Amino acid sequence: MEKPNLEYVEKLARGDDFIRNKIIDVLKMEFPGEKEDYYTSLKNKDYKKIEENVHRLKHKISILGLEKSYKIANEFEHNLRESNLDSVDDFDEILVTISYYLKTI
Amino acid sequence: MKCIIIDDEQMARVIIKTLCDEIKSLKVVDEFSNAMEAIKFLNSNDIDLIFLDIHMPNFNGLDFIKTLKNPPKIIFTTSDSQFAIEAFEYDFIVDYLLKPVEFARFQKAITKAQKHQARKESETTLKEIKSGLDTKYDFYVNIDRRLVKIDLPSIYLVEAKGDYINIKTEDRNYLVHSTLKKIEEKLPDSLFLKVHRSYIINVKKIIDIEDNSVLIKKDVIPVSRSKRPELMKRLDLL
Repeated sequence: MEKPNLEYVEKLARGDDFIRNKIIDVLKMEFPGEKEDYYTSLKNKDYKKIEENVHRLKHKISILGLEKSYKIANEFEHNLRESNLDSVDDFDEILVTISYYLKTI
Repeated sequence: MKCIIIDDEQMARVIIKTLCDEIKSLKVVDEFSNAMEAIKFLNSNDIDLIFLDIHMPNFNGLDFIKTLKNPPKIIFTTSDSQFAIEAFEYDFIVDYLLKPVEFARFQKAITKAQKHQARKESETTLKEIKSGLDTKYDFYVNIDRRLVKIDLPSIYLVEAKGDYINIKTEDRNYLVHSTLKKIEEKLPDSLFLKVHRSYIINVKKIIDIEDNSVLIKKDVIPVSRSKRPELMKRLDLL
């Protein structure tokens, strides 16, 4: 499993710690809620909502430089349109990796 | 350029705002987490540019643009490239940014938006010049079986009065059996603007504007909320 990184955030902040910390704070604050929404929609088998939630999480996956994971998320989102949950475990692993990483920064 | 950001994801709004702050000519005046709030805001505010997310729950970006009567320039910000073709069907959509947005790509989009604005301004100026060249300076109205000549620039107000219109000029008023729609077609756009369903004003004769009314001579004329942005555009503000 590839490791998340802050390359994009650092590039965006251009050495400004205020911007860097603000982005990280929003990331830490918003991600858990989106993850919870995802699990709720999964529990309810609400495919439309699952797709929406995967879509929102996809942006954070890309911000954290997870290129392969982004492709997995993209495919998962696409498959959900046909109510296909094949990539659910792979996607879950991505969420676990991000959750752990956000606790370390 | 005055702009707003519409995106249901706070992270995305923060990133776009950060990128905007790097460009002096951009001023983010507000941010919205859903399109409905933005529609309310746009009803009473004039904006040059919108950064718009396409994929939003309930009311997405493509639904949103269909509700705009007088759309400003729009830059789409999205994680999906699948909507790109549909997005470029509209001439006010100047670019399509894929998330996460890089600064260099963002700058390119802003340059496109600025060129788009310059082109539009130049078109408007040219249109005004052409309309000025074609402008007639007078027309005749039928009053008591007499055809009376009225100088167009001397008209400061036309108001609807049942089956009649009252044409007010510097010297006198003319009550003519006609409709506001008919006279509107005769009046040059460069001078006149319909600010309310019952009033057409000569914008060069405005003395002051307060909230939703204008003062012309001694007449206080109401301005419809939908006409206010157009009126504000026509004024030469300091």
